[in-house]
Amino acid sequence: MTRLTFTTRVLKPVGFLAAAGPGLSLLWRTFGSGDLGADPVKTLQIVTGLSTIVLLLVTLAITPLRRLTGWNELIRLRRMTGVWAFGYALAHALVYFIFDQSLDPGLIWSDTVEHPRIAVGFLAFLLLIPLAATSTDGMIRRLGRRWGLLHRLVYPAAALGILHFLMVQKLDLRVGAGYVAVFAVLMLLRLWSRGRSGVREAPATPR
Amino acid sequence: MLIRRAPEIRPAEITPEPLYLGRRAFLSGLAAAGVALTLGERRALAQGLAREGLARDDDTLTPYDVVTTYNNFYEFGTGKDDPSANAKGFVTRPWKVRIEGEIAKPGDYDFDDLVRPYQQVERVYRHRCVEAWSMVVPWLGFPLKDLVARLQPTSRAKFVEFTTLLDPTRMPGQKSRLFPWPYVEGLRMDEALHPLTLMVTGLYGKPLPPQNGAPLRLVVPWKYGFKGGKSIVRIRFVETQPANTWQVIAPDEYGFYANVNPAVDHPRWSQARERRIGEFYKRPTLPFNGYADQVAGLYRGMDLARNY
Repeated sequence: MTRLTFTTRVLKPVGFLAAAGPGLSLLWRTFGSGDLGADPVKTLQIVTGLSTIVLLLVTLAITPLRRLTGWNELIRLRRMTGVWAFGYALAHALVYFIFDQSLDPGLIWSDTVEHPRIAVGFLAFLLLIPLAATSTDGMIRRLGRRWGLLHRLVYPAAALGILHFLMVQKLDLRVGAGYVAVFAVLMLLRLWSRGRSGVREAPATPR
Repeated sequence: MLIRRAPEIRPAEITPEPLYLGRRAFLSGLAAAGVALTLGERRALAQGLAREGLARDDDTLTPYDVVTTYNNFYEFGTGKDDPSANAKGFVTRPWKVRIEGEIAKPGDYDFDDLVRPYQQVERVYRHRCVEAWSMVVPWLGFPLKDLVARLQPTSRAKFVEFTTLLDPTRMPGQKSRLFPWPYVEGLRMDEALHPLTLMVTGLYGKPLPPQNGAPLRLVVPWKYGFKGGKSIVRIRFVETQPANTWQVIAPDEYGFYANVNPAVDHPRWSQARERRIGEFYKRPTLPFNGYADQVAGLYRGMDLARNY
């Protein structure tokens, strides 16, 4: 088996299932076992939120991993992890809109302008929307070089998402600090490879 | 800022003593006549308990399993399900409570001696966490004012301070350095003397489980839950306002008074609404957690946005 077929035929389906795992588990716990804990809405919020951050970090890890290992076929996984991250962000936002704010635009607006942690999370979500919308082959072709520029929005989106998580914590920032550390390492690896190559690489387009 | 009109509080949610006694006689009569009583009523009768301070009509009791498995008690871990897991086997006998400060009768009291003089009453209170979730709990205990009366505070006693046990070998959460242990809470004297303020020794007609603050905790139903110190080992009567733990940690987020107030937001989240555990949608939070008729007078003339 070539590295390409291993990546697309084995790694990709396995990755797909892993990314779907938290969502499938929530669906089962909501409609099957009915075991979402004492505060089901909070469980939905935590699981969808953390899944978003983890999948964004996985997405951001693919390019440095490619460069470090020369395993270029990993790029074939990036759209999948990115779109899954958006799926969880969408679910997270919907849970907030529906159960926390009862779909009331006035409540959503006042909560957003009055509480920075909501504003930060909202902005992170908004930044992800154009990325998900331009993730099709057609859009990639149509946008050409601008696609890569647009998709740099993933950096502020991930940073704001992690900041949003940190702002929610009451006291214990250790988990959040872990996400910050991973994000920082992934960013530093980008700076390092850029400095080493001397020329700016064209952003890779997924296939 | 969105201005939302607070819903009207229905009057007299607390049954006055004579009425309550009358109701017990009435309930006994009904029971004798074979009329079905609610579980709570039957339990209250069976145990000879007084049942007071009934919650509003739209309040339903939060199930025992939820009350005892979903709560904050950082001494046993920071997760909501940590206390029930980590407090297993927590030994609460013997238990000494040191009572000191500006009182006529300081000393180390054995828990059983301390609580024996008081009739245990069951009080169904709404419990509102500062994190914007809430429950309805049938607590068991006695009014703090009865204890204070017996201890005879001096005229210099202006506040009461409650300290939680400090013992990292028994309370594993205390091994974490996140918190300035031990946990300290406090009340102004008039708050401590208010008839709603309860020293709690049980819930659902049973002794208090360790995860809920056994053997002795404080419950102040018109304040956010963190005001209710758990597993109390020291009660001190003092002249100056105690520094309560959450205020020490984050003074811009948590104050000394911590009265439930839908009009004053936590800096990071709204306090206008709350999620009643067991429900999906949020419901409006009531001023003073619905006990405004009883306690608003304590704070007349005070700026509640500054004294949060």
